[in-house]
Amino acid sequence: MSEIDQPDGANMTQLVKDKTADSGPEPAVRIQDVAVRFRSKKRDVTALTDVSLDVTPGEFVAIVGPSGCGKSTLLKLVAGLLKSSSGQVRLQGEQVAGPRHDIGYVFQRAALLEWRSALKNILLQAEIRKLPAAQARARADELIRMTGLEGFEDALPHELSGGMQQRVALCRALLHRPPVLLMDEPFGALDALTREQMNVELHRIWRETGTTVLLVTHSIAEAVYLADRVVVMSPRPGTIQEIIQVDLPAERDYAETMGRAEFRDATTHIRGLLGTAAEDD
Amino acid sequence: MSQSALSSAPVKTAGVALRESPSARERFTDAAEKSWRPVALLLACFVAWWVIAALELVEPYLVPSPGKTFEVIVDKPDYLWQHSWVTTYETLIGFVVAVAIGVFAAVIMVYSSTVEKTLYPILLFAQVVPKIAIAPLFVVWLGFGMAPKIVIAVLIAFFPVVISMVTGLKAVDPEMLQLSSTMGAKPWQTFVKIRFPASLPHLFSGLKVAVTLAVTGAVVGEFVGANEGLGYVILQANGNLDTPMLFAGLLVMSLIGVVLFVIVEIAEKLLLPWHASRRESGVTTAF
Repeated sequence: MSEIDQPDGANMTQLVKDKTADSGPEPAVRIQDVAVRFRSKKRDVTALTDVSLDVTPGEFVAIVGPSGCGKSTLLKLVAGLLKSSSGQVRLQGEQVAGPRHDIGYVFQRAALLEWRSALKNILLQAEIRKLPAAQARARADELIRMTGLEGFEDALPHELSGGMQQRVALCRALLHRPPVLLMDEPFGALDALTREQMNVELHRIWRETGTTVLLVTHSIAEAVYLADRVVVMSPRPGTIQEIIQVDLPAERDYAETMGRAEFRDATTHIRGLLGTAAEDD
Repeated sequence: MSQSALSSAPVKTAGVALRESPSARERFTDAAEKSWRPVALLLACFVAWWVIAALELVEPYLVPSPGKTFEVIVDKPDYLWQHSWVTTYETLIGFVVAVAIGVFAAVIMVYSSTVEKTLYPILLFAQVVPKIAIAPLFVVWLGFGMAPKIVIAVLIAFFPVVISMVTGLKAVDPEMLQLSSTMGAKPWQTFVKIRFPASLPHLFSGLKVAVTLAVTGAVVGEFVGANEGLGYVILQANGNLDTPMLFAGLLVMSLIGVVLFVIVEIAEKLLLPWHASRRESGVTTAF
């Protein structure tokens, strides 16, 4: 185990290995001693090793680390899109075996269907799940309002800016009210200003929906502003280096948060951990 | 896609942006801008033909004047119309069958790697065999009717359909497929809602090639053995050294190809307005 230095171990259950001994509520996500090895013809690559992490329901956890540290692999494990080589992943108290349907997933690229309008892209989630149409429509309208997409319902993806496309992807991921939202560098392709706006919106949406969020990001500022805890990973093989508890109020104003000493301390600390490997902030 | 959308500099107001779509007027001037050069070149060729014929630079029985050629078309409309219709009919049936078989073959190849590994190399090999060379064989097998012409049209048009459809089905964004599996999509749902529509732009670029090849296939079939169709008209005219009729046949045949091509293009615009408008806005390049 490499994640030794845990500043606020009291409210973390991740060292509890024995499920029967866990008296608290079942965590939304539980990752236990997970390792992932990819076998190629030339060599074996260990993408992840010794990763253990518990995420409590409603918590916002950000995962930062240099490229190639297995951040995205970790999210795919939770979603059941990948299988771990050893260890186990539990989602909502159930062992993950195969793709999970009780999650929302947002990729770096919006991955929208080009022939569908924004609204119809959001409703794809409902169509495939065969949710009642009227209910799905009402929920879509609610999310469209929440993300500021009003007036763009009928626009095709190529008519939307990168930020708007990502809003559509976010609405689609939230349509079925998933208990867990997985986001893989969702704002990585956006310009800095749009990215800040999206951070503020994501913070508000998370507060409003109470969804558990796992966010993979390259941006230290984004991680600290949004998350309750920041998981710092190191590469080759990818493993958890440290988990930082963010000492900021639950509701955060963007500019005000940026100026806080706690924010600066946390980002400085994480930047120190990552060295020069971090892309930007 | 998001990257390309970003790079074309959308109008931004507080992170909210909607790209302007071109007005009808702009689209018209755009089309005129694009097409005047080829049209001018065609006209130049036509004028050159006229000059060569009028000055009798070449013997008239070798190159008839445009006037003579049109005279033939105007004089014998029923004759040309009847044979054109035969060729068009063979072409259309051949094209439709090629599309049906091609799309079906592409789908099973994409969904079963065993089928792909078995079929794909054979398809590639079959493409190497000059199908025109086996046309006489089909006449022996199927007689002088329309059947051998349709079969040759199918054989020639089939290949671009399969290749473009396989490319299209495989070009689907893998993240989109992962997303659909987190939605719990059944394979048929993924196919109907994501894979098939996503492959259509590729399919249509194959269809445009296939439809013109189908005309070639039908005419080649008629060359080998027929008593009707434009291929037959051209052979007859050739035998009688009736070059005006030969040129008329060629002209009508080209016209059929152009019209069919345009019909496919219009169908593409109607069925895939999202793709057409995206292409026009210059965000993407055609396959």
